[in-house]
Amino acid sequence: MKRKNKRLTFVMIALIFVGSAVALVLTAFEENIVFFFSPTDLESKKTPTKQRFRLGGLVAKASVKKQGGGITQFQVIDATNSVLVRYKGILPDLFREGQGVVVEGRLNGSVFQADEVLAKHDENYMPPEVAEALKKSGQWQGINTTGSKAQ
Amino acid sequence: MTAELGLFALTLAFAVALVQSTFPIIGATKNYISWITLAGPTAITQFVLVALAFGCLTKLYITSDFSVLNVVQNSNTSMPLLYKVSGVWGNHEGSLLLWVLILALYGAAVALFGQNLPPALRARVLSVQAMIAIGFYLFILLTSNPFERVFPPPPDGRELNPLLQDPGLAFHPPMLYMGYVGFSMAFSFAIAALVEGRVDAAWARWVRPWTLAAWCFLTGGIVLGSWWAYYELGWGGWWFWDPVENASFMPWLAGTALLHSCTVVEKRDALKSWTILLAIITFSLSLLGTFLVRSGVLTSVHAFATDPERGVFILALLIVVIGGSLSLFAWRGPQLKTTGLFQPISREGALLFNNLCMTTATATVLLGTLYPLFVDAVGGDKVSVGPPFFNSVFIPLMIPMIFAMAIGPLLNWKRGDLFGALGRLKLVGISSLIVTGATWAWHNDGPVFATLALGLSAWLGLGTLVELAGRIKLFVPGAGSWARVCRLTRASWGMTLGHMGLAISIAGMAGAGGWTQESIQTMKPGDTIKLSGYDFTFKGVHQRKGANFTSAVGTFVVHKNGIYVTNLSAEKRNYPVGKMQTTEAAIHTTLGGDLYAVIGDHDGNDGAYVTRLYFNPLVVWMWIGAIVMVLGGVLSLSDRRYRIGAPRQSRHGHAKELEAKSMI
Repeated sequence: MKRKNKRLTFVMIALIFVGSAVALVLTAFEENIVFFFSPTDLESKKTPTKQRFRLGGLVAKASVKKQGGGITQFQVIDATNSVLVRYKGILPDLFREGQGVVVEGRLNGSVFQADEVLAKHDENYMPPEVAEALKKSGQWQGINTTGSKAQ
Repeated sequence: MTAELGLFALTLAFAVALVQSTFPIIGATKNYISWITLAGPTAITQFVLVALAFGCLTKLYITSDFSVLNVVQNSNTSMPLLYKVSGVWGNHEGSLLLWVLILALYGAAVALFGQNLPPALRARVLSVQAMIAIGFYLFILLTSNPFERVFPPPPDGRELNPLLQDPGLAFHPPMLYMGYVGFSMAFSFAIAALVEGRVDAAWARWVRPWTLAAWCFLTGGIVLGSWWAYYELGWGGWWFWDPVENASFMPWLAGTALLHSCTVVEKRDALKSWTILLAIITFSLSLLGTFLVRSGVLTSVHAFATDPERGVFILALLIVVIGGSLSLFAWRGPQLKTTGLFQPISREGALLFNNLCMTTATATVLLGTLYPLFVDAVGGDKVSVGPPFFNSVFIPLMIPMIFAMAIGPLLNWKRGDLFGALGRLKLVGISSLIVTGATWAWHNDGPVFATLALGLSAWLGLGTLVELAGRIKLFVPGAGSWARVCRLTRASWGMTLGHMGLAISIAGMAGAGGWTQESIQTMKPGDTIKLSGYDFTFKGVHQRKGANFTSAVGTFVVHKNGIYVTNLSAEKRNYPVGKMQTTEAAIHTTLGGDLYAVIGDHDGNDGAYVTRLYFNPLVVWMWIGAIVMVLGGVLSLSDRRYRIGAPRQSRHGHAKELEAKSMI
């Protein structure tokens, strides 16, 4: 093979490979991006009916109810709105009333059917999206996110 | 006093690093012998000082000195000794101290064992190492002092995060850091080569062992983390494509590519600029990983509470290191003497293909990990990119690579015979088709990818065996196969085991990813649930008291076709000091799959609990495969040619000898 042809072969293989990777990424992005909403966003914006999305806010005090069969129901709230969430499974160890939470799943009528409740390693940690959503809705109470200077 | 001594030692180490980062590298350019020889002693001094600082912090933890803030926040008198010690690096400040300790350790290792390096190259490498260290010393001293005192000292500490109180996780961070930081060696060698303007086979031979060592540790670290997530988080999952996991996976992918491209530089004196670039990228990804973990910019299962000021500092450090090294590459890279192109169908062509796959995969993982940040930065919606994205992009990209992995080693250097190689793999191809078909016939309920992956696993595993059999002439009568086995270099065993390990791991991933059976329900004592042919009978819950926790232990008795299999005891622990709960899954491992049980909260009256039961097929194969991979790396690391120095003068002759060897 001539030098020029050889180089062309390499470039072609690389282009085909990278091209298919880009195509994969684009299709996957279209189908698999998960948006984040606060309860207020759900009221004001057009709500996705079929798509999976994440919902974040605070777990309302005294709203957690066990329904038997491993199903838990609770309210996720921000300053103005609340959404009823139903989840089947074992809640993460750091799930607590009055704490920030992010759940992932689909909206089924007016109930959010969660198939994932995100757990955190650290009880002081507030997911950035939740913190911002709470700030926006004026419910930010300066929950200590730094943790390090808490003493 | 211990805290002050530690801080003093750390400050001194910073001062030593300042000397180490300037004099040797200038001396190497100006040819001042005394400046060049400064590199070794400063590197060793730096290590001794950081080790002293680290020792001080460890002592503060062991003696539970609650006048130090860091100890108060992460330790408690009731914790077992192991976790008091692992608490040293189980927090932000301590983990950074561990980072610089390992950085200094690698530097000292070069100073002590790099006697066969040309002095100028060694001086430059150690100077670059010290420059990286300076960034981290500044970070620690300015924003994250682990020795900060607190007054008045509280009577007891807040204890280490209970999730981290686990033997698997005690060693996960040090392993991971040995890997991350190990790539700094490849980076330093790359920068030194750019400054020197020379890359050759000898250079590749010096870089490779360091990269290999880092790769072994990183592989071990990632697997340890994955294993921990599997048994501790209680979701039965082992990989979540979480940003922090990706942060450790990207350097691994790039580092694996680097290992393979180093081989091409060493054997064929080609792909030089590319290898340099790859070394820079690999370490940059390690730094990016640190940034992602330490800054908390992304929502992650693992994100620790962090401080924006620190995030900004690491971001600045990232920009300086990555921007600086890439600028240097753009400036000096073109001056590296390039050699001719090679044939696409050849060993080096196959290795290049590996590089193409690995870097493309790295790029897609990077894109998916950072995409939420881009969208946020341009003021768009809040989004997250989860496992479905990564699975649908990453897996298809890996298929051609794994397919090629069986063929590549069968090709000769310079000019390979593709059809000859495929001919030797005919039986392997038929067997893997049978495996795929049999899997499909037996379990056509799983995802197509999992079925395909089992076939690929067979293809790679058997293909690797065919390569080994060919190398030792197993089927040639009178070829003295046994003698050939004994004569095989450890590096070639490394390749065989590395590929074999991956094949075994893929089988495990396919099994666990494709055919996991799950059942969530409320169970009363005496209830039985049938799952994958096993009968799980719930026996109720009793309380147990541990060193610093109380725990509810749920017991299951498992039968298969009426025959007793095992007892499973799943725990839910409650740590009163940190007011936290942790889940301890009960796992019974067999070669065919894991029985996995978790208990949740009690549900209603009469002792009923929420339970989650899994059957995870082939999971143990993942861990076995990983161990085999690491073993391969370690064997390759002990290869003779890395221990005896490459002759400095007769480099040309040596390259010829290598060429001759490689053609055999």
